[in-house]
Amino acid sequence: MSKKLKSSEVIITRGIQLSGFSSILFVLMILFFLLYEGIPALFTVPLDDLFSSRWYPIEEYYGIIPLLLGSLVVTLGASMVAVPFGILTAVYISEIAPAWLKEILKPLVELLAGFPSVVLGFLGILVVSPFLRDVLHLPTGLTALTGSLLLGGIAIPTIVSISEDALNNVPETYRQGSLALGLTRWQTIWGVTVPAARSGILTAIMLGLGRTIGETMTVMMVTGNAPILPNSLKVLFMPIRTMTATIASEMGEVATGSPHYHVLFFIAMVLFLFTLAVNIIASKISFSRMKRSERILS
Amino acid sequence: MSRYQEKSVHRQLLFEKAGFSILTVLTILTVLPIIAVVIYVIVLGSSAISWDFIFEMPMDGMRAGGIWPAIVGTFYLTLGTAIFSVPLGVAAAIYLSEYAADNQVTRTIRLAIINLAGIPSVVYGLFGLGLFVIFLNFGTSILSASLTLSIMTLPVIISTTEEALSAVPQSFRVVSVSLGATKWQTIRRMVLPQALPGILTGIVLGLERAAGETAPILFTGAAFFLPRLPNSPLDATMALPYHLFVISTQVPGMPIQIQYGTVMVLLFFVLIMNLIVTVIRSRARARRQW
Repeated sequence: MSKKLKSSEVIITRGIQLSGFSSILFVLMILFFLLYEGIPALFTVPLDDLFSSRWYPIEEYYGIIPLLLGSLVVTLGASMVAVPFGILTAVYISEIAPAWLKEILKPLVELLAGFPSVVLGFLGILVVSPFLRDVLHLPTGLTALTGSLLLGGIAIPTIVSISEDALNNVPETYRQGSLALGLTRWQTIWGVTVPAARSGILTAIMLGLGRTIGETMTVMMVTGNAPILPNSLKVLFMPIRTMTATIASEMGEVATGSPHYHVLFFIAMVLFLFTLAVNIIASKISFSRMKRSERILS
Repeated sequence: MSRYQEKSVHRQLLFEKAGFSILTVLTILTVLPIIAVVIYVIVLGSSAISWDFIFEMPMDGMRAGGIWPAIVGTFYLTLGTAIFSVPLGVAAAIYLSEYAADNQVTRTIRLAIINLAGIPSVVYGLFGLGLFVIFLNFGTSILSASLTLSIMTLPVIISTTEEALSAVPQSFRVVSVSLGATKWQTIRRMVLPQALPGILTGIVLGLERAAGETAPILFTGAAFFLPRLPNSPLDATMALPYHLFVISTQVPGMPIQIQYGTVMVLLFFVLIMNLIVTVIRSRARARRQW
């Protein structure tokens, strides 16, 4: 009997180990497919054209610069909204709110994280964009600004929950020490707690922005889908087009294996490498923090 | 205490009061829109909700009738995602929490999970198109879409499950092994039951995200309109989020009622899922043995 038990355990253990390694396999597979379908774009489309400022695939203009800048503009706009609101909300929830209020605020922020991005896009079309059009007297409400505001809403839950974790992980003794020295709670928050949690907060910002740059449906629905090269601040009030929206709206109509198809995979490759960089930096930040705290403890 | 010091303390306290008020206002500004959205959708959507709206097929180019095939489709996709991602994700988390040594390989696995979590949903869509639809020849189908969504959901399930497992005190494992249980018996009988609420929470949150996604299924399994329900995993399917996208941007002359009704059904799913999570958590906290 014990022998049978052993063999079943060996099988289960092997299965668990294999599953453990599956994530590496998936990342490699995704990278492989993006390279496999994206690299040919470099050979079928001349490099100068690929990095030119005109995106008009019907006439074989495959300049991805307007799309890159479009993603950048929307992401920066979203960070203007999400970073201050996200961090300050996290500080409020973690340091100031009474316990009962915390129990209400946390599920609410989590609810926002659960909103499907099409729902936000839908509300953007029907509520936010007409509002902005009327208030700012714009020809259309489907602009980079609309996208930024809604994407800010998408990044906020990520920033709030990770920052709040970071603040919670600051040892209570830090706060007590500061208060015992006669500092007010307000001074303690900004002089002790937030600086102690800064690497976690930085990670939160990075991951929030990572989500923003990869967000697809909302930007596709509300930014107006015009691949224009942004050249001044006015671009915030004009329609633009991001990398993600381009892939989502054009992939359905291209012939498999055409230059357009490969260029779209090439854009996906750029997006992948971008988020890869963001995530590696974010995890390096938290790793280095871990090492520092280990050093302090030892 | 000198008068100067007294004044400065007074000023600091005033400063604190002002700061707290500003943060309170900012938090309200962050949270209020969330409540407003829910109320707004319920007010405008509830008049569209009826027996027929839920259980009828769409008619007249989706401008009339119900959204039944989209609801069924989202159910199938979520089920398919659960079938693939739950066993794999929980097993991977067990590996990381109970078996993995702290070495370079484990760090690489963790980095891979973090990266999977960060990959844009539309990139998952392209990957699914390349691998499942074209290379493995599953076609635009529930199977391809579920597999794509599963890989996307995996990091959520792995990281929440791992967190739940590592929250179980080490002493539970030590006692179990000292009583003669094998490693797997310990995991199966001691660790997993204790971590179950946390694991369930992670699964629900992961599936909630999968159910609401549109970009990954755009090219892998979503159909613009189908006159009948899918009858095999190799059929394409309608899905609620994609349906909402279609009726709010692609169909001219779409009655606003139907759009709000669809949003309400979608939001209802999200609310239910979140409610489940909250209930599981509070019950688990009440029953916690450590």
